Amino acid sequence: MNFDDTPQEAAFRAEARAWIGANAPKQYEEELRKSSLGRTQLTGANILEVAKAWQKKKADAGWACLHWPKEYGGRGSTPIERVIWQQEEGPFGKLSGMFIIGHGMCGPTMMAFAGEEQKRKYLPPLASGEKVWCQLFSEPAGGSDVAGLRTRAEKNGDDWIINGQKIWTSGAHYSDYGILLTRTDPNVAKHKGLTMFFLDMKSPGVEVRPIKQASGQSDFNEVYFTDVKIPDSQRLGAVNDGWNVSLTTLMNERMSIGAGVSTGFPELFEFCNSLMLEDGPAIEDRGVRSKLANWAVKASGLKYTSMRAISALSKGDRPGPENSIGKLVAGSMVQDVAMYALDLQGAAGVLSGPEDAEVAGKFQAMLLRAPGTRVEGGTDEIMRNIIAERVLGLPGDIRVDKDVPFNKIPTKGRA
Amino acid sequence: MNFDFSDDQKQMRDAARKFLSEQCPPKAVRTVLDGKAAYDKELWKGLAEMGFLGVAIPEQFGGAGAGHLELCVIAEEMGRALAPVPFSSTVYLAAEAILIAGSDAQKQKWLPKIASGEAIGTLALFEGKGNPSPKAIKLTASGGTLNGVKKPVADGAIADFAVVAARTGSTGRDSDISLFLVDLKAGGVEVKSLTNVDPTRGQAELTFKNAKAEPLGATGDGWSILSQVLDRAAVLMAFEQVGGADRALEMGRDYALDRIAFGRPIGSFQAVKHMLADMYVSATLARSNCYYGAWALSTNASELPEAAAAARISATQAFQHCAKNNIQVHGGMGFTWEFDCHMYYRRANAVALGLGSLSYWEDQLIDRMRKKNAA
Ligand SMILES: Cc1cc2nc3c(=O)[nH]c(=O)nc-3n(C[C@H](O)[C@H](O)[C@H](O)COP(=O)(O)OP(=O)(O)OC[C@H]3O[C@@H](n4cnc5c(N)ncnc54)[C@H](O)[C@@H]3O)c2cc1C
Repeated sequence: MNFDDTPQEAAFRAEARAWIGANAPKQYEEELRKSSLGRTQLTGANILEVAKAWQKKKADAGWACLHWPKEYGGRGSTPIERVIWQQEEGPFGKLSGMFIIGHGMCGPTMMAFAGEEQKRKYLPPLASGEKVWCQLFSEPAGGSDVAGLRTRAEKNGDDWIINGQKIWTSGAHYSDYGILLTRTDPNVAKHKGLTMFFLDMKSPGVEVRPIKQASGQSDFNEVYFTDVKIPDSQRLGAVNDGWNVSLTTLMNERMSIGAGVSTGFPELFEFCNSLMLEDGPAIEDRGVRSKLANWAVKASGLKYTSMRAISALSKGDRPGPENSIGKLVAGSMVQDVAMYALDLQGAAGVLSGPEDAEVAGKFQAMLLRAPGTRVEGGTDEIMRNIIAERVLGLPGDIRVDKDVPFNKIPTKGRA
Repeated sequence: MNFDFSDDQKQMRDAARKFLSEQCPPKAVRTVLDGKAAYDKELWKGLAEMGFLGVAIPEQFGGAGAGHLELCVIAEEMGRALAPVPFSSTVYLAAEAILIAGSDAQKQKWLPKIASGEAIGTLALFEGKGNPSPKAIKLTASGGTLNGVKKPVADGAIADFAVVAARTGSTGRDSDISLFLVDLKAGGVEVKSLTNVDPTRGQAELTFKNAKAEPLGATGDGWSILSQVLDRAAVLMAFEQVGGADRALEMGRDYALDRIAFGRPIGSFQAVKHMLADMYVSATLARSNCYYGAWALSTNASELPEAAAAARISATQAFQHCAKNNIQVHGGMGFTWEFDCHMYYRRANAVALGLGSLSYWEDQLIDRMRKKNAA
């Protein structure tokens, strides 16, 4: 057991640090440092442009998508080098938020299922942030139950014609491409009639409508497809094997473990360290200390769990379902942390404007964004199912629709 | 960076698990639980023969000289098996105190006896209710003798010697406290067994009446030595707790797969599945905190105090959480004397208090994090 860098790791760290020191957009460092879940704003700048510029700079110098192969725009780095990079990149890493879905899910799916020529064409601009990708899976009828989706793809010569609707699609409004899961056969059981594609989001017939979120922001969208044409060459995997392709996508989500999920703890600790309550400093209050200690060990437990996972990865293990623990724990923790930070502010905790609220409304923003974290990428309940079934080996839920043709499954809970 | 035990250490864990599953089945634990023996003497002898008692004791003092990472993997297995032996008192507390503060002569006298299983040791710290604190220590030392009462003392009724915390000053500072070594068989100490929630590891009251004692470490250094000992023991104890938590989770999982209700294994009901998933989560977070503690302990890193407190809190929570929900998964069966669930429940709740309660370690953690932040 060893926490020190090996000589190669130390050399990599020194190189990364020097390059970041010379190239990062320092003018935004303070604002990025202060931003937390729910709030990444840069005054007087368009965050997408700043993010794209930083990503491109990294790509040109060979620091983008570190673990991807070089020929697809990466660097061929080890998992540990990736962690070192993240440590060194610090607050500037928050700018990659816009690319997470492309880098974490779409890219790896393309790598596994696209043709060689396509990979060389599409992956480098994805790595460099020049092209942004989105993931078109969820639908009004299929969220947790992804395979319940209804968007149709019908074969027409060498093309497929797409009709239907997606929902909650993050970043669709600024995405150039997307991976799209469709139904190609409604007469068989739901998992057996799906097919995956990738498409140009500017294709005729694609309409993106932003949705206003509970937090007040608009990061996700509805996407409508009306007779959208996709060439068969943009199919990923075999016809009707889309379920397996989507599992690859979802499994790759776990590769993002190194990124570390936001728990809100460092922010809360810092806040309590400076906050004065009526009876003295918050950090000296027995009740505050107990809460902090409980969250501290969750946050450190998550951190070291991901380090164990990275150590396993570097020995050649594949990321397993046990990594579902990160989002499950962090999701509700960040929500509780935000609620507690407001509680500590008493009546004034209700204020959320940057001028009036404590620490410029950081925790209020966190509170309003947190519910989404427990839903996106699989709800808490789905995460618990994954752990129970795939890690502990407990029986799967009873599936009343398992062997029923998709078009015979009921569509409403109450008649 | 490599955040895992080495293959050799994992082999040692396997060896310990195999040994304990043969030599320490639940039946053996029950012999002590039912009061038929104060501890499992055969097992104690076996542990000595396997070299487990002296695994972290240097070779020059009769140990195996392997190290603390090795001791951590063994501790996990001791917790998993609920071994009814004075392992924690002797190895994590008494031996560590002597290793940290003992003179060469004291090390030569006691450490080989610990490694060979000849001597059982303990730490006599508490005097009634409350957490570790210099203020709570009233037992006095003067002219090489001790007077006062210690309770509860883990394994105090079977120990051959004790490291005793005593008051040697009255300035109101930590330096009022000094440590002493007392041969409990030499007279001057009255021993009374006390009933406790986990009889598989006994508790006692020790009354010192002009008991002969020799200083361990310099006068006035007692509290600083003790804090080091408690931090080191916290990591080792946390491994025992993680072992226990894992076993409780495993028992719950196995039962959920076998027991049928409403025509289905109960493990197919989501309420049960999710309860078990949450047990897995707390056991995993605790294990990861423990690994960090193990690294800090084995390298004597400056992070040890913080890492130890985090491991201690996390593992205490995990063991209590898994032990209580294991009973819930087992339903009525879980509440019978016959089933082993209550043995884990007892141990989880007893071991949660032995080095100071959860709130004590919460306080310690926040103090240490604050210090680091200020630095
Ligand atoms: C901020 C945000 C960003 C998102 N981005 C994207 C994106 O980019 N692309 C994309 O495709 N999707 C995206 N999603 C969609 C997300 O994946 C789904 O919202 C999620 O999978 C849940 O589906 P649902 O909303 O239909 O809820 P439902 O599936 O209707 O769930 C409602 C409730 O029922 C529970 N439930 C459902 N099934 C079970 C079960 N088997 N056992 C127990 N409880 C169950 C759920 O846990 C939940 O509490 C995003 C969502 C959010 C909030």
